[in-house]
Amino acid sequence: MNPLDYANYWIAMFLLVTGLFIVIARGNLVKKLVGLGIFQTSVYLLYIAPGKILGGTAPIIDPRFSVYSNPLPHVLILTAIVVGVATLALGLALVVRINEAYGSIEEDEVHALDLERD
Amino acid sequence: MMAITAVTIARLRNLFAVVVLSTLYSFLMATVLVVLDAVDVALTEAAVGAGISTVLLLGTLYLTRSEEAVPVHRAWLPFGVALVVGGLLAFGTLGLPEFGRPDSDIHQHVAPRYLEQGKAETGVPNIVTAVLASYRGFDTLGETTVIFTAGVGIILLLRRSRSDESDRPTDRRDGS
Repeated sequence: MNPLDYANYWIAMFLLVTGLFIVIARGNLVKKLVGLGIFQTSVYLLYIAPGKILGGTAPIIDPRFSVYSNPLPHVLILTAIVVGVATLALGLALVVRINEAYGSIEEDEVHALDLERD
Repeated sequence: MMAITAVTIARLRNLFAVVVLSTLYSFLMATVLVVLDAVDVALTEAAVGAGISTVLLLGTLYLTRSEEAVPVHRAWLPFGVALVVGGLLAFGTLGLPEFGRPDSDIHQHVAPRYLEQGKAETGVPNIVTAVLASYRGFDTLGETTVIFTAGVGIILLLRRSRSDESDRPTDRRDGS
């Protein structure tokens, strides 16, 4: 078994874990959303990489080529990217609202303010 | 390089630098996608990931503030959780097909049919477009619905705050 055959998965795993770490460990809400973005892109890589065939080309039919990469993951990930930016926009709108209501976008401070209020 | 960028994003405190680095990250990802023959996805990633996301993030930073507070506790527990998850996932990859092999399972099922019949059936040489708009058109309709819902949500969230300011300035802090 050649380790390079699995390198694409391991890169995706590393990025996924980094994104997960940012989402859990960092209290700043904007940073959390950036971490979520990294998490998402790692999934794109996980989907796209198996669709590649060595020696193949992009799935645009042309008489000069006969081997194409798999178009199905591309379609799924196109959808995922667009949905991802929609969730990012919604999350950022929530962050703006939280900042207006609490004057802070740090999770700890927001939590402390909530406790004070109760 | 992408890994370095991701780790730097995790460590940096200045959110402006984080946003710029996430743009860089998106461009690197787009380059990787071109190498993997996913040109449509790379285009979208460059436009959406590096373009729109950056604009949205910068807009938010303008409305809030751009410095992250220093965390009060060390992040050992999240680090441990991340390591365990990563280890399990890496173990799971050993059962997956090797990179670039034409005989792996995903190349046997529905994709060859798309590639062979797609142009005759839809008249579009770009199979990604054919699948997106024709074979999986309902998928795309659902995607549009998601974006519509997100747009409605954003308008409601941001409009509410403005009407609160003008109508009931004293209630603004109560928020809920």
